[in-house]
Amino acid sequence: MTEDTDHDGRVWLGTPAFPEAARTALADTRLRHNLRHATTTIRTKRLDATGEVPHWEELREAGAAIKRRTARHLATYLEQLEASVTAAGGTVHWAADATDANRIVARLVRAAGGPDTERHEVVKVKSMATQEIGLNEALAAAGITAYETDLAELIVQLGEDRPSHILVPAIHRNRAEIREIFAERMGEWGRAAPDDLTDDPKALAEAARLHLREKFLTTRVAISGANFAAADTGTIAVVESEGNGRMCLTLPETLITVMGIEKVVPTFTDLEVFLQLLPRSSTGERMNPYTSLWTGVTPGDGPQDFHLILLDNGRTDVLKDTVGRQALACIRCSACLNVCPVYERTGGHAYGSVYPGPIGAVLTPQLAGVRRAASLPFASTLCGACYEACPVKIDIPEILVHLRAKAVEAKRDGRALPTPEALAMKAAATVLDSPGLLAVAQRAGAAGGRLLGGRGGRIRRLPGPLAGWSATRDTPAPPRESFRTWWRAHREER
Amino acid sequence: MRIGLFITCLNDTLFPGTGRAVVTLLERLGHTVEFPREQSCCAQMHFNTGYRPESLPMVARFARAFAGYDAIVTPSASCAAMIRDNHPVLAEQLGDAALRDAVAAVVPAVHELTEFLVDVLGVTDVGAVFPHRVTYHPTCHSLRGVRLGDRPLRLLRAVRGIDLVDLPAAEACCGFGGTFAVKNADTSTAILADKMTTVLSTGAEVLCAADNSCLMHIGGGLSRWNSGVRTLHLAEILAATEGTR
Repeated sequence: MTEDTDHDGRVWLGTPAFPEAARTALADTRLRHNLRHATTTIRTKRLDATGEVPHWEELREAGAAIKRRTARHLATYLEQLEASVTAAGGTVHWAADATDANRIVARLVRAAGGPDTERHEVVKVKSMATQEIGLNEALAAAGITAYETDLAELIVQLGEDRPSHILVPAIHRNRAEIREIFAERMGEWGRAAPDDLTDDPKALAEAARLHLREKFLTTRVAISGANFAAADTGTIAVVESEGNGRMCLTLPETLITVMGIEKVVPTFTDLEVFLQLLPRSSTGERMNPYTSLWTGVTPGDGPQDFHLILLDNGRTDVLKDTVGRQALACIRCSACLNVCPVYERTGGHAYGSVYPGPIGAVLTPQLAGVRRAASLPFASTLCGACYEACPVKIDIPEILVHLRAKAVEAKRDGRALPTPEALAMKAAATVLDSPGLLAVAQRAGAAGGRLLGGRGGRIRRLPGPLAGWSATRDTPAPPRESFRTWWRAHREER
Repeated sequence: MRIGLFITCLNDTLFPGTGRAVVTLLERLGHTVEFPREQSCCAQMHFNTGYRPESLPMVARFARAFAGYDAIVTPSASCAAMIRDNHPVLAEQLGDAALRDAVAAVVPAVHELTEFLVDVLGVTDVGAVFPHRVTYHPTCHSLRGVRLGDRPLRLLRAVRGIDLVDLPAAEACCGFGGTFAVKNADTSTAILADKMTTVLSTGAEVLCAADNSCLMHIGGGLSRWNSGVRTLHLAEILAATEGTR
């Protein structure tokens, strides 16, 4: 577990803590409506798409098993990957953290541009790893402009916004908002949107197509992420829906792939499992529209210069935690987000990280340090829907309670005096470990409850930290006779 | 068969009627039950909030109190899930060999009430009469924690006079989540509002579930909305006969 080690970038954007950030999101009725509509639709599609595979549970287990094996022998597979990529004509770079990775990318972009190129530009296919390290911002600081080419990423970039979802980064926007963003901002980045742009999805897609086509045809360097990389062949895989990624992966002269080290799989044939699990879990489709696989360089076809950057950024620390490391198995399908009752109400921004939702609640505190992101493991009802939906069977609730214990321990260590919560928990533990004290507390509670209780034995306002609960919920006043008192009177003394 | 009742701290303190209903029901079915007075709590609140060392004495207490029973019956899917999934983890992580053995000995005997009725006693018609319009909320822990499946519904369908109506989006979480409802009160309330809306859409007079914790939360909201819908643990419906309720 990393403790307060500063892996810079956008893994953790800092305060406010989840409860406060969520309050802002909850007050946004348009956001709530957009989220509910989108998550409900994807949820239904996913259930249909996974339900029609007769051996779905076996597939999940196979995916989980491959990921477990990969994690156990990660160093071996990464070295094998490096050898395979190098043999196929690519170059492998190792990046310990975000600063390292950003520096390598900037250097490669400048070198690829050549001394006579004044415009330093790159096109990008959607990549969580580059968001995690804040690559666009780092490139901008180095005088390089990065153009997002995934439609949703484009909306986020033009709107100077942050992604709200792993798979559907603009899930929080509706088409009227998107029309506004395109009409106002596209011209600043390249080809402007037509004057008569409507919020018809076709018109919006066409505007994006024309805008992006110009970028694909003029930009010499592309940056991609990777969904998977096969150690035995050195093959990298990217799956996507729009074909914009395919453009990035084939048209430019130089291709730079930034990949978290956990994305390696042992063999090319392992892809068979994941290419079934991923699209059905993420978009509810049997197969994603575009699957691109490339192995090093092929003379005369596609980019002639290929670089693979293997990013650690806290991952080897996560591996040391035998419970928490499960989170590294994530294939970024976002099924857990779409079924999560908390995510559905708050959206992704409340999680303060590029990794939102249930998987973010377990990944972010591990990558950024549990002290810094201490509110995230508590941002769950532990309803278990995420675990049930996860195509690689990550036991997210188990990791959540594991990290909660770490967060509590971290607080204990850092303070001379216990927190009010710790005192309350200690007091409750003392009472609950003594039936005699429990009976005393029950009698006291019943008396107190009668004082607090209004009509019908309902308490309308509770004191202190329970005020948030009682703002919207009545609490039953404790009855005069607890069960144990009744039992003694009616069964033991019968 | 020696049956020990684990009534749970919440039921003992705030919902003693549920415990009495379990006793009534099992006695009506011809069984003698015992309430080991040494029992207190399954430690779920402490465990789930991150206070593991504090929860260990309660785990040990549970294993001590219920040693030797053929069946341990509890009217809480949530507490049953806690005991099954996490008591062994805690005993392994923080306890000693003796505690691990004691926990391993009691855990297989733990049954949530509807599991006990359907699987162990083999009954679905418990002779109940409850002439009211009722809807059933499968709590997250009854769905995914102990996997009750349709056991509660099979028991409810056999109740005489009942008008059992489906709850839309029944499997959606109610937003309680133990201390989540306190730590993230606003998000919890937003989730609750949607659950209450579906409950009201059924026109039911009674909402029932296998967990009083979730019912305390939903019922607390329904009361605040002055909705006129009451919440009742399903044990109390199953215990009801002509002339009661």
